[in-house]
Amino acid sequence: MRVRIEARAAVPGWLPWLTPILSLVCTLLAAALLFTALGKPPGQTLRAIFLAPLLSTQGLSELALKASPLLLIAVGLAAGFRAGVWNIGAEGQLIMGAVAGGGVALATYGSTSAWVLPAMVLAGVAGGMAWAAVPALLRTRFGVNEILVSLMLSYVAGLFLSWLVLGPWKDPDGMNFPQSRMFDDAALLPKLVEGTRLDIGILVALAVAGVASFVLRRTVTGLQIRTVGEAPAAARYAGFSENGTVWATLLVSGGLAGLAGVFEVAGPIGQLIPKLTPGYGFTAIVVAFLGRLQPIGIVLAAGVVALSYIGGDNAQVELGLPNAAVGLVQALLLFFLLASDVLLRFRVRVRA
Amino acid sequence: MPPRIELRGIGKRFGDVVANVDIDLAVQPGEIHALLGENGAGKSTLVKMMVGLLRPDAGTIAWDGRVVAIDGPHAARALGIGMVHQHFSLFERLTVLENVALGLDGQNASAALATRIRDVSAAYRLPLDPDRPVFSLSVGERQLIEIVRCLLQSPRLLIMDEPTSVLTPQEAELLFAVVRRVAASGCAVLYISHKLQEIRALCDRATVLRAGRVVGACAPARETPASLARLMIGTAPETPRRRSAPAGAVRLETARLELPAATLHGTALRAVSLQVRAGEILGIAGVAGNGQSELFAALSGERLATWPGAVTIDGRAVGTLGPAARRRMGLCTVPEERNGHAAAPGFSLSENAMLTGRARLGLSRLGVLRRHAAGAFARRVIAAFGVRSAGEDAAAGSLSGGNLQKFVVGREVLQSPDVLVVAQPTWGVDAGAAAVIHAALFDLAASGAAVLVISQDLDELRLISDRLMVIAGGVLTEAGVPDAVSTERIGLMMAGVREAAHASAD
Repeated sequence: MRVRIEARAAVPGWLPWLTPILSLVCTLLAAALLFTALGKPPGQTLRAIFLAPLLSTQGLSELALKASPLLLIAVGLAAGFRAGVWNIGAEGQLIMGAVAGGGVALATYGSTSAWVLPAMVLAGVAGGMAWAAVPALLRTRFGVNEILVSLMLSYVAGLFLSWLVLGPWKDPDGMNFPQSRMFDDAALLPKLVEGTRLDIGILVALAVAGVASFVLRRTVTGLQIRTVGEAPAAARYAGFSENGTVWATLLVSGGLAGLAGVFEVAGPIGQLIPKLTPGYGFTAIVVAFLGRLQPIGIVLAAGVVALSYIGGDNAQVELGLPNAAVGLVQALLLFFLLASDVLLRFRVRVRA
Repeated sequence: MPPRIELRGIGKRFGDVVANVDIDLAVQPGEIHALLGENGAGKSTLVKMMVGLLRPDAGTIAWDGRVVAIDGPHAARALGIGMVHQHFSLFERLTVLENVALGLDGQNASAALATRIRDVSAAYRLPLDPDRPVFSLSVGERQLIEIVRCLLQSPRLLIMDEPTSVLTPQEAELLFAVVRRVAASGCAVLYISHKLQEIRALCDRATVLRAGRVVGACAPARETPASLARLMIGTAPETPRRRSAPAGAVRLETARLELPAATLHGTALRAVSLQVRAGEILGIAGVAGNGQSELFAALSGERLATWPGAVTIDGRAVGTLGPAARRRMGLCTVPEERNGHAAAPGFSLSENAMLTGRARLGLSRLGVLRRHAAGAFARRVIAAFGVRSAGEDAAAGSLSGGNLQKFVVGREVLQSPDVLVVAQPTWGVDAGAAAVIHAALFDLAASGAAVLVISQDLDELRLISDRLMVIAGGVLTEAGVPDAVSTERIGLMMAGVREAAHASAD
């Protein structure tokens, strides 16, 4: 019997949707082995991670709460990735969005105006855009690699936030803890389901994914983004501006990351703290690829990754699973996804 | 004496695509043997098996009468098989000597090697100085480097893949003399080409491939170009006749257009002035790399001129407008490179139709793509130009080169442009499709459009142009009416000899 790997002439349309499922199955199997080796019952552990959160209102609402920033950010990043614009700094753009939006909340402290929240949202989007404009300017003007610039600016943003909450924006009545005041009610997102932490951010995120899907597939702008990524010379020939595309995709992904940031501080957190995110800006890169850079796929991917977060917390509490093991499960998922991509370009033939 | 190389029953397939079936081919020592066939006939696959880049699925290869397995480029080299490629890869900043040394295993650019290069050059009378940097050499001289590199290894079989495609007629004559001397020394030569005239002049015998099979063997000198073409194509192509239309007003004009080279070794345009009138087909001849890509980019708007009046369409200055704005003014263009430039390979044909057709054909409304209209247009192109594809949803990259060429030419022609600029309109398409494309260009000109054709195929330009110009070193010169100017004179102009241009102006 001979096993040969051959290049595919054409990719069947269903295949790009099958490989994520295949990689999910492989992840479950490998994770089961891992848990067995750690001396945990594999069935029960997998159930705690992947099933338990789906069985309660509390679990589902937390899932949606975690999924919405991932979804917002990943949709924006995917548009850039489709155009070959590699914004790796969504984490920083999220932070600057939170800072700008939170700044509005602190400046209007005590106000009950209905305009506080919209102003925060606008400021948050603008903050994320401004932070993404730096790599856009440097790439279009001087040809500087946007990967490095956007990534490094993330650390700048993190330190800037630390300085703010340790210094000028520290809560005067906060026992010297490094955090801002709790925001007023006027600066908080309305809750979607009473008794849970879930707010309307998830609706906005889903709407953004729907709009992005339409724009990418059905509009000239989407065609432009896809052409610049797929064949830059053809894009120039078609009259699409490469610099315009770089600007547009960086501003959109930065703005959406900023929106995710302001939703975090106006939602579940309710104030500015030094560590706003468990790495949403970076995890969203995984989510974007897991969802095949398609907004609808990203909705599913954000759900799966959020599930692994919530379920991982569950397993830590219930079964004493180490935190690192949860990280490993997420890493396995990405590993198998990238590995199964080989099947997109090659097929395996077994001959007797 | 056994043949130097003899292929028996060679077959090769890639997945479902059959590239070679049951090929028999024998080349004797001292013989110049032509391998003749259209693009896609299976010539490259066959040669790759001889130089060890591919393994045959069936059949045997015998070398001097003994069956051998050529299981890698090293094995081929050890036997004495040398190859001169169509597109040669040289380091422009290095000298001839250094380039030759890089191509040989375990050789330094030593004085001894320089002496051997001089000896070989003298023996075959090649005008090549080992100490000159490559960027200072002409294309013909660069090709000699590849040949010397092969000759240094004392080849017993020399394979030449379309060696004249980048040469002027004079440079080609020089090359033929070298090839004859190589053969006279006892080396077998396999000469791959689809240029019938040069095969008749140079080759002792010919093996003709069509659709992966041997369809004939002959002595080319005893055939006519028409009989060779019939063997190669299967049927004699019908040549469309040009109806000369009286030229009207100037529709496309450049005025002392200057454009710096796009890359380090590109060619800058120098004071390029041309006019194309309504109803006229202007042909621009030239050896590849003499400013054609810069001229195309300057006309299409992919690169902008420094002042608006450098390029005008119907009297409107467009020199500083981009491709989309120029398209709205009636300009359509077909670039030379199909994959990745004229078309995005991962996109469907419908989407590729939208790339250039969205303004002129109204394929978008308020920024939203009209997919049904684009699909209908793509189907029209497919039908009118006989594009073999799985339909308008097929990815452009899944089409063969010739079929994609038909699609991109058809996509622009069917937009009924006022001005059409097309580079290499029939590159890689079969004779039947070339006739369809030529007829479409004639119809377009007859309807009052101005057509500019940039091509390296002088025979094609002579056939379709009302007027010829030649580009050499970024300078464009008038050559006149095709019937009134000799190939020799055009060849000299292509080589950049200025006197020829003056002589033709007299």
